[in-house]
Amino acid sequence: MSNVWSKTITVCSTCTVQTIHEALQQAREGDTIFVKKGIYKEANLKIDKSITLIGEGLPTIDGEAQGEIITVGADNVTIDGFRIINVGVSYTTDYAAVRVVNSNGFVIQNLELEKLFFGIYLQKSNHGKVLNNKVQGEAVTEFNSGNAVHLWYCKNVEVRGNDVRNVRDGIYLEFSDDITITDNFSKNNVRYGLHFMFSNNNQVINNVFETNGAGIALMFSKVMEVRNNVITKNWGTAAYGLLLKEVNDVNLINNKFIENTVGITVEGSNRLVYSNNDFTSNGYAIRVKGACYENEIINNNFLYNSFDISYNGKINDNKFESNFWSNYTGYDLDKDGIGDVPYRPVKLFSYIVNRTPETIILLRSLFIDLIDFSEKVSPVFTPDDLMDENPRMKRIDHDRNKGFI
Amino acid sequence: MIEIKDLYKKFGKNEVLSGLNLEIGDGGIFAVLGPNGSGKTTLIKCLLGMVIPNKGAISVLGENIKNGSDYRHQIDYLPQIANFPNNLKVKELITMIKDLRGNVNLDKELISLFKLDPFLDKKLGNLSGGTKQKVNLVLTFMFDSPLVILDEPTSGLDPISLLRLKKLIQAEKAKGKTILITSHIMSFVEEISDEIVFLLEGKIYFKGTITELKNKTNQPDFEHAIASILTDNHA
Amino acid sequence: MLKILKYSFYDLMRSRWSYVYFAFYLLLGVVLLFLNNDLSKAVITLMNVIIVLVPLIGTIFGVMYYYNSKEFTELLLAQPLKRSSIFLGQYLGVAISLSMSLILGLGIPFVFYGLFMSNAIWDFSLLLITGTFLTFIFTALAFNIALSNENRIKGFGYAILLWLFLAIIYDGIFLMSLIIFEDYPLDKLSLVGTMLNPIDLSRTLILLKLDISALLGYTGAVFKQFFGTSLGLIISFAALTLWVVLPVLRITMKAKKKDF
Repeated sequence: MSNVWSKTITVCSTCTVQTIHEALQQAREGDTIFVKKGIYKEANLKIDKSITLIGEGLPTIDGEAQGEIITVGADNVTIDGFRIINVGVSYTTDYAAVRVVNSNGFVIQNLELEKLFFGIYLQKSNHGKVLNNKVQGEAVTEFNSGNAVHLWYCKNVEVRGNDVRNVRDGIYLEFSDDITITDNFSKNNVRYGLHFMFSNNNQVINNVFETNGAGIALMFSKVMEVRNNVITKNWGTAAYGLLLKEVNDVNLINNKFIENTVGITVEGSNRLVYSNNDFTSNGYAIRVKGACYENEIINNNFLYNSFDISYNGKINDNKFESNFWSNYTGYDLDKDGIGDVPYRPVKLFSYIVNRTPETIILLRSLFIDLIDFSEKVSPVFTPDDLMDENPRMKRIDHDRNKGFI
Repeated sequence: MIEIKDLYKKFGKNEVLSGLNLEIGDGGIFAVLGPNGSGKTTLIKCLLGMVIPNKGAISVLGENIKNGSDYRHQIDYLPQIANFPNNLKVKELITMIKDLRGNVNLDKELISLFKLDPFLDKKLGNLSGGTKQKVNLVLTFMFDSPLVILDEPTSGLDPISLLRLKKLIQAEKAKGKTILITSHIMSFVEEISDEIVFLLEGKIYFKGTITELKNKTNQPDFEHAIASILTDNHA
Repeated sequence: MLKILKYSFYDLMRSRWSYVYFAFYLLLGVVLLFLNNDLSKAVITLMNVIIVLVPLIGTIFGVMYYYNSKEFTELLLAQPLKRSSIFLGQYLGVAISLSMSLILGLGIPFVFYGLFMSNAIWDFSLLLITGTFLTFIFTALAFNIALSNENRIKGFGYAILLWLFLAIIYDGIFLMSLIIFEDYPLDKLSLVGTMLNPIDLSRTLILLKLDISALLGYTGAVFKQFFGTSLGLIISFAALTLWVVLPVLRITMKAKKKDF
């Protein structure tokens, strides 16, 4: 809380205060520290007062791999406009570029983090913002890399406009509720673009996830809103656009899943609504792995996927309704825009491929088409009630589609 | 002109030519005769390189035919069944063969000889058998080569055309060409040929003039002479 | 050879069959575009049709042409021409005219539909290239069959059998053997199995384009290297070329020894 008595401290190589450490020592509650352009080789900076730390012209703080660089332990701290590099890597301690511990009202923005282990680590901290940061890691494997933005037991945090690349998880949430994640760009992360564990009431809106190990993993969480995201090119053996594992009451609306090995993998999840999404050119659009109840898949576009749906177990009370399927070959004699014969999105061949993956090489061969056709005519292996009774004849024109592919 | 040494050819188990030796000199008309299956067509096809012998050597004009296809420039061949691509017009066929083999001017003369002018713009598929045979004859004679091989040249021809053909053959002979003919029409053979080559069971049974043949078989006329060979050998 | 090629080509270009074939593809292209209203989807449907139909038409047409032009061939054989050039000329004449029908028949409707403005153009070109390869391969195989069989009923029979085998039965056997041996590492086997059948090979080429996301979901390192890099594309094209070259070589060998 700045007040009339608050003062400003300027740090630069020619100033009286030459290190950030020194400035932090001098500062009192509500003060602002301006750091001028330059390189500051400092680590283990502890902020235990409500201060505002501002970099001018993107000064660099080089931690020289000494360990953690900035640790915040007070409410209402703002850190703005630094390039922070060389966080120490450890297998026992999760060193971060910026760590916020047990603090409320923080704002972390306009940082550029490189050569890091963990980037921004929020721990039991609420009502804060993480805005417009850029995190560029060099992660190759999961084991010796950290996450770009990491939330642990946090509430009411806004994560917006960040660009996170080449780390383990782009954004990671564990035991964190009421978090809004918007307008972020997450690319080339080794594990997940966005990862939720035991986190409820969160919103994921307008983000782009590209070429990650997997786009989004939602696990053991409930009441979520996932809207307007683009999830694309997650390729690989265990890769998927979106993983839903043991989650309940999630709305997935208006997302685009493009060219993923699997668009969505869902397992043990209930009361999910998938609507107005586009699934384009994925290996599988949706893989349902069982123990899912009351999932509604309505008004989506399924375009040119190798397999639309793969399904284990019974249909249960899940619903496929009024989607557009580019693989639909039915007709519409009454011209109401709805196909007159139902569409069966599960192919027998997807079972064969599940069993013997190498058979994928026979995809689209005449022989496979023949067995798929005979299965379609009289289902033996696929659940015979798994079908879209009202497949659309024309692709659904979502608002989001305008101007996109 | 033609020299054939020790020629063998088997089709499957069926030996058609078994050690055939034949020498044909320059000039004259030679009729190749023999019962069905005696190897006439095979012999001719061997000469043309269409059938590849199992053993033996053939040379035409002193050149071993194994050495390439160029010796065929010296041969005019009239195939037994004239079956041409049906989509082509007569004119186009003639141009095409000329294109493949080299340009000549004799075709116009031959076309008028066989009165083919009205058919030049017709498609080959629409022609009668006799007309096709006339086209066939034009294609054969227009190259004016020293060796002419005619396989059943008379088939389908009307009497007037037959007369013209005979005249033509005589004229070619007068130019000093060697002409090989197969035919079933004995009167035609007797009338036109200088020498007979009689094939039997894959070998040359007889080679010589018709008079020699008559003497050998003690038969007064040609047809009976041929018949007696066949009955003697089948008895 | 070029002269023979020229005449065979002209002959075919004038025959009713080339028009039928051309019209068929034209119709197919128009109908698909009309029904789908979508270039990408039409290309996918077309691919399914092409890898089955082009081999069928190639074999049947090749065998038919060979038998129908038998007497003409004999006429040519008596001319001072090399045997190999006669047969290669005829083969190329058939293969080129069939490919032309394919390319023009499909190309015209797609071009009018705005192919050049669409990003489906690469998929479509790949489709045409594959179709052309298949035409060349199966016409060559047809000539091989016809050269080896004097009896044309037998020849047609073998041609249809060949198509049936490569288009359907082969994949059935392939699938069964993959399932039977599923406990063993299969990725090399499955790739080799694909190389041995030109229809599967062309299908793989198209899969590389359309289904890469699905293909990359599989563990085998060989698979990954094959599909994940341009290696797959290069090897597939090399194998397709080999599939043209080998039957053509056999045509020339067989033609040299054959009696007419």
